[in-house]
Amino acid sequence: MVPLSWYLIFAALLFSIGLFGVLSRRNAIAILLGIELMLNAVNINLAAFWRYGQDVTQMTGQVFAIIVFAVAAAEVAVGLALVISVYRRRNTVVADDINMMKW
Amino acid sequence: MTTTTLIWLIPLPPVLAFFLIVLFTNKSKALSHTIAVGAAFLSWIGSMIVFVRALGVEHLGQEPFASSVPWFPAGDTAFRIGVLVDPLTAAVLFFVAWTVLMIFLYSVGYHNFGQPVGDHDHKGLPPHGATVEEHGHKHVVPSVEPMYSRFFAFIGLFAFGMYVLVLSDNLLTLFVGWEIMGLCSYLLIGFWYAKESARDAAVKAFMTTRIGDVFMLLGIAYLYSATGTLSFREIFTEGTLHTLQTIPSGFLGFSAAGLIGLLLFIGTIGKSAQFPLHVWLPDAMEGPTPVSAMIHAATMVSAGVYAVIRMFPLISLDPRTMTIVAFIGAFTALFAATIAVAQNDIKRVLAYSTISQLGFMIAALGVGAYVAAVFHLITHAFFKALLFLGSGSVIHGMEHGLLHTGNHDVDPQNMFNMGGLRNKMPITFWTFLIGGFALSGFPIITAGFWSKDEIFADAFANGHLLVFFTLAGAAFLTAFYTMRQITLTFLGEARTPEAEHAQETPWTMTTPLVILAFFAVTYGWVGIPEHFPLLGGLVPNWLHEFVGGTLAEAPEAIAFSWIPLLTSLVVALGGLYLGWITYRTVNSAAEDRLQIPLLKNKYYIDELYDRVFVKPAYWFAENIVYKLLDQGIIDGVLHIFGPATQGLGAFIRNNFDLPVINRFFGDGSADVTYWFGGKLRAVQTGRIQQYLMLALVVFIAIGAVLYFFMLA
Amino acid sequence: MTGGQIIFLLVTLFTLGSGFMVVTTRNLVHAALWLVSTLFGVAVTYALLNATFLAVVQVVVYIGAIAILFIFAVMLTRKDMRDQGPQMNPNWWLGALLSVLVFVGLFLLLQGWSGLSTTVADLPVGFDSISELGNALVSPDAYVLPFEVASVLLVAALVGAVYVAFNRK
Repeated sequence: MVPLSWYLIFAALLFSIGLFGVLSRRNAIAILLGIELMLNAVNINLAAFWRYGQDVTQMTGQVFAIIVFAVAAAEVAVGLALVISVYRRRNTVVADDINMMKW
Repeated sequence: MTTTTLIWLIPLPPVLAFFLIVLFTNKSKALSHTIAVGAAFLSWIGSMIVFVRALGVEHLGQEPFASSVPWFPAGDTAFRIGVLVDPLTAAVLFFVAWTVLMIFLYSVGYHNFGQPVGDHDHKGLPPHGATVEEHGHKHVVPSVEPMYSRFFAFIGLFAFGMYVLVLSDNLLTLFVGWEIMGLCSYLLIGFWYAKESARDAAVKAFMTTRIGDVFMLLGIAYLYSATGTLSFREIFTEGTLHTLQTIPSGFLGFSAAGLIGLLLFIGTIGKSAQFPLHVWLPDAMEGPTPVSAMIHAATMVSAGVYAVIRMFPLISLDPRTMTIVAFIGAFTALFAATIAVAQNDIKRVLAYSTISQLGFMIAALGVGAYVAAVFHLITHAFFKALLFLGSGSVIHGMEHGLLHTGNHDVDPQNMFNMGGLRNKMPITFWTFLIGGFALSGFPIITAGFWSKDEIFADAFANGHLLVFFTLAGAAFLTAFYTMRQITLTFLGEARTPEAEHAQETPWTMTTPLVILAFFAVTYGWVGIPEHFPLLGGLVPNWLHEFVGGTLAEAPEAIAFSWIPLLTSLVVALGGLYLGWITYRTVNSAAEDRLQIPLLKNKYYIDELYDRVFVKPAYWFAENIVYKLLDQGIIDGVLHIFGPATQGLGAFIRNNFDLPVINRFFGDGSADVTYWFGGKLRAVQTGRIQQYLMLALVVFIAIGAVLYFFMLA
Repeated sequence: MTGGQIIFLLVTLFTLGSGFMVVTTRNLVHAALWLVSTLFGVAVTYALLNATFLAVVQVVVYIGAIAILFIFAVMLTRKDMRDQGPQMNPNWWLGALLSVLVFVGLFLLLQGWSGLSTTVADLPVGFDSISELGNALVSPDAYVLPFEVASVLLVAALVGAVYVAFNRK
């Protein structure tokens, strides 16, 4: 009924939207939001591949998705901690202003 | 072994000795002299064997021992090197072998082998004595020559040169031996090279003989171009000689034979110290005495006369050449004898005596007395070598006295410092006396009488009266100065404390004297003329038969005449007596009435040559060749190169190196890189979003490339 | 068009729309809230895929923890309650272009893949996905190691976040 391709395209679209957010937003937190979207797209892909795979009893896809959850959570935690730390120091969350590692 | 092989081997031992000593045994005196004397001995054995075999051959003149090999090619033919033993060679080989061996043996003692090393002896200076401690008190003894081995090496080479010359069968080999001896005379006269007088004498000897050698080489070249050969046997054939006699040479009306003969004779004038090229021989006394004996008796000067004797068939073709030869010979004989009378150095007297005696031989050849000249050559070699070695012995004895008294201002060679040496050095005295009598021509018992008498007889019989009287005068003076020499040196009482303390020399020096004295007495008896009163006919005139056989037509025996015999007796005995009487009472140079400045200073010929030839040559060398050509022109050209190259270098540096390579490429590449860097670093903004975008762009690009070119 | 497809399309539209709002809203709090709705939509997608555990975990972890964390962070990093300045950086058009290109690239890649049109197989009878998942996560010959490592990772992240954000006086 719903072919696999639909899920994959859906994931691709979500990924692209998240990418756009990462590349274009000024606020550092907004960038992290975009990253979250990208990670979720990946998870959808994994789940779809699990469901539409040869052998549904192989839980590899779901396990991978679980791990991605954990990683995403960790990453958000650390990332936001960093953003808050930078804000405390530099009093800004605009990504473009955090450019001391330049020439 | 065959005779020709043996002949080839005769010159070999001395040259081997030369190389061995120079390369290996220079440090060991004993080994060096053993090798040298051994080599001389081997050559002597070889020469004796060849001589004996030569005696046994009938008509050796027509069938000599001969052998030759091609040496180096010249167009279609080749120059050859070869050996020839005909009667002349055999006779000359005899005396050369004996005198060479005697001189080698003598040199061992002369250079004080076995004595201690001197106190302050330097290589290049004569040895000066060593202090020895004996029974508690010191005295000075003669010291060994520092360059001992070198001496034997050089005389080895010298002997080699002489053997090559004597045994050669063509003019080229003869010339090779000639030049080797020229070199060795330079090396040996200048043996004590630290003495300036020795150095100058060596150069003078070499230069003067060189002048003769140039003309000789011209003669050889002319002969070769006229006949196409240099071999004696090929030249002295009827046809070749006739051709040479008839071809005009274009020079003052001489035939080719005459001109060639004249040119070759000029070589002899140089080598045998005839006037005007005699100036080198007295100065050559700077060398050690064995050298003087070698050069002036046994070998080098004899080589000059030998060359003329050898070329006699050619020279005798032209009467004008013969006249020149006779004139120069006779003139030199008298001229040198007059100078000898006023000399005070024992070796100088002998030097001028040699020049004079060589004049006798040359004059003899000039008047056609072939056998007489050969005879006198051989006897002269023996007694002159004896006299020189004897004088060396005397000088050694005097030096012994010198070291004893410690007075180094006394000249051990000045006869006026000697006297009474007959008691101190008996062997030397008796042998020297025999030699002196032989030189003077003491009748019957000395060889010199027989050979000189033959020359007189020949000159008189062939009507060359001017030559006859000149030679008679020279003979008189010869006897006179010889007795002067003997009286001043040996007779009377010792005039100085040095002479008082003179000592006889060791056996290595006196034995050769005795042996040579033996020959000086007996050799005359092989040439007693047939028609001589009483004695003629008792012993066959072997020499005349043997040596005469060398020529195509054997010279006939001279008819006997009383006049030359009487003249000979009168001049000899008269001269001896007069010399003895006069000098018995003379005790110093001031008392000697014959110390005429003109004679003492050798007719100022050296001064003349110096002003006319030597000084202009120096001036030319200094000013024209050195200052003008060398410094001015050649250095001038070279001095252009330096600045020119510098200018070129500066040009290239400033116009190419600096602007193009340094600025354009060197600095330019740096600037470009810097500019690029400046532009590129704008990428590093520090903003992550821009980095991410850049990464994505590249990623998409790579993906597109992969997709479209590889997967599609 | 079957029912399943229609439901799918609706869910897709909802999720994508929320996602788009996440990246375009000026107000950050709104963006965070839009993120919540997106995550919810993703959870429904999981449910559609019969990955029931994932759906629940999504809601609990993502919405319940991560999104709340975002809101906290937004709160903590504002000087005042208003948003000032533009919310896009000057090169946003390049970002848009790039994301379009990425999508097109992915799409093209997918086109070339044959397994694209597989249909869903039926679940086996008595298939309990949760217990199977549990087994897979702790079974030694399955994925226990990544599971444990993930726990370590979480600890590290926890410690790290605390350390980084610690407010020293």
